[in-house]
Amino acid sequence: MTWVWEHLGDIGGYAVSHALLAGIPLVVGLLLALPLGWVARRYPPIASVVVGGSSLLYTIPSLALFILMPLVLGSKILDAINVYVAMTIYTVALLVRTVADALGAVPDATRQAATAMGYRGFGRLVAVDLPLAVPVLAAGLRVAAVSNVSIVSVASLIGYPQLGYYLTDGYQRSFPLEIGVGIVGCLLLALLFDGAIRAGEWALTPWARAGR
Amino acid sequence: MIRFEGVTKRYAGGSAAVDDLTLTAPTGQITVLVGPSGCGKTTTLRMVNRMIAPTSGTITLDSRDTAALDAAELRRGIGYVIQHAGLFPHRTIVDNVATVPRLLGWDTRRARDRAMEVLDRVGLDSTYARRYPAQLSGGQQQRVGVARALAADPPVLLMDEPFSAVDPVVREQLQADLLRLQGDLAKTILFVTHDIDEAITLGDQIAVLRVGGRLAQVDPPERLLANPVDDFVADFVGRDRGYRALGFQAPPRVALAAEPTVALGASPQQARAATADAWLLVVDDAGMPVGWVQPAHLTTAIGPEHLHRGGTVARQDSPPRAYLDAALSSPSGRGVIVAADGRLAGTVTAGEVVAALPHGIPESLATQGDSTREAPRA
Repeated sequence: MTWVWEHLGDIGGYAVSHALLAGIPLVVGLLLALPLGWVARRYPPIASVVVGGSSLLYTIPSLALFILMPLVLGSKILDAINVYVAMTIYTVALLVRTVADALGAVPDATRQAATAMGYRGFGRLVAVDLPLAVPVLAAGLRVAAVSNVSIVSVASLIGYPQLGYYLTDGYQRSFPLEIGVGIVGCLLLALLFDGAIRAGEWALTPWARAGR
Repeated sequence: MIRFEGVTKRYAGGSAAVDDLTLTAPTGQITVLVGPSGCGKTTTLRMVNRMIAPTSGTITLDSRDTAALDAAELRRGIGYVIQHAGLFPHRTIVDNVATVPRLLGWDTRRARDRAMEVLDRVGLDSTYARRYPAQLSGGQQQRVGVARALAADPPVLLMDEPFSAVDPVVREQLQADLLRLQGDLAKTILFVTHDIDEAITLGDQIAVLRVGGRLAQVDPPERLLANPVDDFVADFVGRDRGYRALGFQAPPRVALAAEPTVALGASPQQARAATADAWLLVVDDAGMPVGWVQPAHLTTAIGPEHLHRGGTVARQDSPPRAYLDAALSSPSGRGVIVAADGRLAGTVTAGEVVAALPHGIPESLATQGDSTREAPRA
């Protein structure tokens, strides 16, 4: 256990780095998935292309994607940008379908009523569709968040520091405690993300709790 | 005034939902579109606020061609009420009602003040304002729907089967409230229903549509009942149309019989002294009838528990239908008629009411009106 105390500063630093590598792509990915999911919802003929195509991205092995990134971006092999971009791709892959489903979950009568009140397309999206899509969006976002936390740990194989480092390093040194620190750290981080998204959903949907 | 001129809506594949419709919904009146499912009544309604675009023909609002206006601005000027109310589940009641004023650019405070005012108008207590739609009953949600449509005080209201999803008692209440509101506001209302009784209750004029979106007859309810233009309309307005038509005639000229009464709280002896008949009418302190008792069965002073309340009460200025209903529903066979202030005026029997009815259909209704467009089927 003393090992943990001695390395507490490092562990904290890696945890913060891990949180940023998983969290920033989560936010950016959501912002990218929103218009893509909206397009998929709005124009059914291209929905299968957008949703299918983005799902396909998710099947690329993460290690391969991390290694490919410098070739695509022209960046250095150890640049953080590689991880950020790869993680954003995974997030978008997961969330496009979620956004399309979430917008589809808005009752048709409500949407029609909004249009008949005199909302224009974008105004209705912001004022009616998106608020009502929050519960489904939040559910998808929680899956993506946990998935991101776990995939980011793979980046330690290309030498980018975060909690995954303890998994590879502990394995090489046959040091179970270090592996345990990596696992527990990832777990706590995933729980933290999950809790934060739940809290956000709770704050945005007072109406969903009404009448129960 | 809403005017349809040669309006046709044809879907891909060629079937017409609405076929060459020419119709005027006069300013300040309720025009009801009624017909079986598939007659295009909802399509007709939704073409007014351009939720559906007509294939051909023009629709004008106070002589402005709706096709030439910006769709969103047109809609902000037209109240719209639908089945199940279609409220925004994520907004409080007051914010639901404030929707159109906010879209028109009113500041939040003014829009909410206005919303509170309209909620009060439709009979919703201000304690509901902060709740969400899911916390209200179907009938209350429907009231909010009406309030939301009225919030920006539009001259025109479109109502698409607004009351068909609530239970009959609440529906009657909502209908009565709509008529009361309309008495104050005099909106131009286009109202869609499949229920001919609702159409007759609410309509200043009724347009009957047949399957395929062809107009069968447009007339005020009394003329529709008295003189259906063909078999389709006759079937649609129903079997008891002769009885229902009594609801549109002048009060019958019938002499009211004086009815012996006792007051609530009277003793059995007083009740038996008041009449030799099996039934005796009881009135309250203000002279308003409250129910019937059987004096022979009384053992204690007359209390509310003794009252037979099955009989309806007709006001003196009611049409014959109310007189007849009072007589037919009364346990004594004598229908209770009250003055405008609710005090007992006298009683009539069903026979007396029927004898006082005019024989046959009044001349004014027997001839086909100018508003009847389409000739009966060959």
